[in-house]
Amino acid sequence: MKLLYFAWLRTKIGVASEEVTPPETVVNVDGLIEWLATRGPGYAEALANRDQVRVAVNQDYVVGDQPLKPGDEVALFPPVTGG
Amino acid sequence: MTVRVQAEDFDIGVEIDALTSGNPRIGGIASFMGVVRAEGGDQAISAMTLEHYPGMTEKKLAEIEAEAHGRWPLEASLIIHRHGRLEPGDRIVLVVTCAKSRGPALAACEFLIDWLKTKAPFWKLEESDQGAEWVDARESDDEAASKWGE
Repeated sequence: MKLLYFAWLRTKIGVASEEVTPPETVVNVDGLIEWLATRGPGYAEALANRDQVRVAVNQDYVVGDQPLKPGDEVALFPPVTGG
Repeated sequence: MTVRVQAEDFDIGVEIDALTSGNPRIGGIASFMGVVRAEGGDQAISAMTLEHYPGMTEKKLAEIEAEAHGRWPLEASLIIHRHGRLEPGDRIVLVVTCAKSRGPALAACEFLIDWLKTKAPFWKLEESDQGAEWVDARESDDEAASKWGE
């Protein structure tokens, strides 16, 4: 599974992207975020406020119960501020 | 329908000419252009860096543009959004909508910039003498987008 991080999620976690293989207990977006938050202090800090984390799977916005599969591209980022 | 995400500046006159040439049905052209403000909140901004999600950005802009064409009878449209480091006064975004008359052009233009602000994956990092800070999303932008429904 390919993960992408943007804006302050990227700077707090410390990488822009990574390949991960979550444990089998991770079946959806909420589960992925819970697991990621255990991977280190940067992750925990970046993901502490779930309200401020938006998620896209394969470049479409999703909510927390979105199921995940191994080849997915999952992006985590703050609310957008373009325009 | 055209979407461009680019680091380079743009010329609104050149873009409108290119969009409308060869289409005699166009009678109304609306545009919105956003530029970098010199202040954010209560502090002076020296520069701003726009980060985006390559691939998803183009996809979302194309989707909202298609949505506008579904809602209004548009003859042509264009969205340009810049990324990278910009300074106060620099152009950031351009939306142009063309229709037979002003009504659909003006409405679709406002719709596009409202939806773009809440759906296109861009993030602004502002630089001031206090350092660099990510801009928070604004509730007023969500309210502006929600008036168009889903």
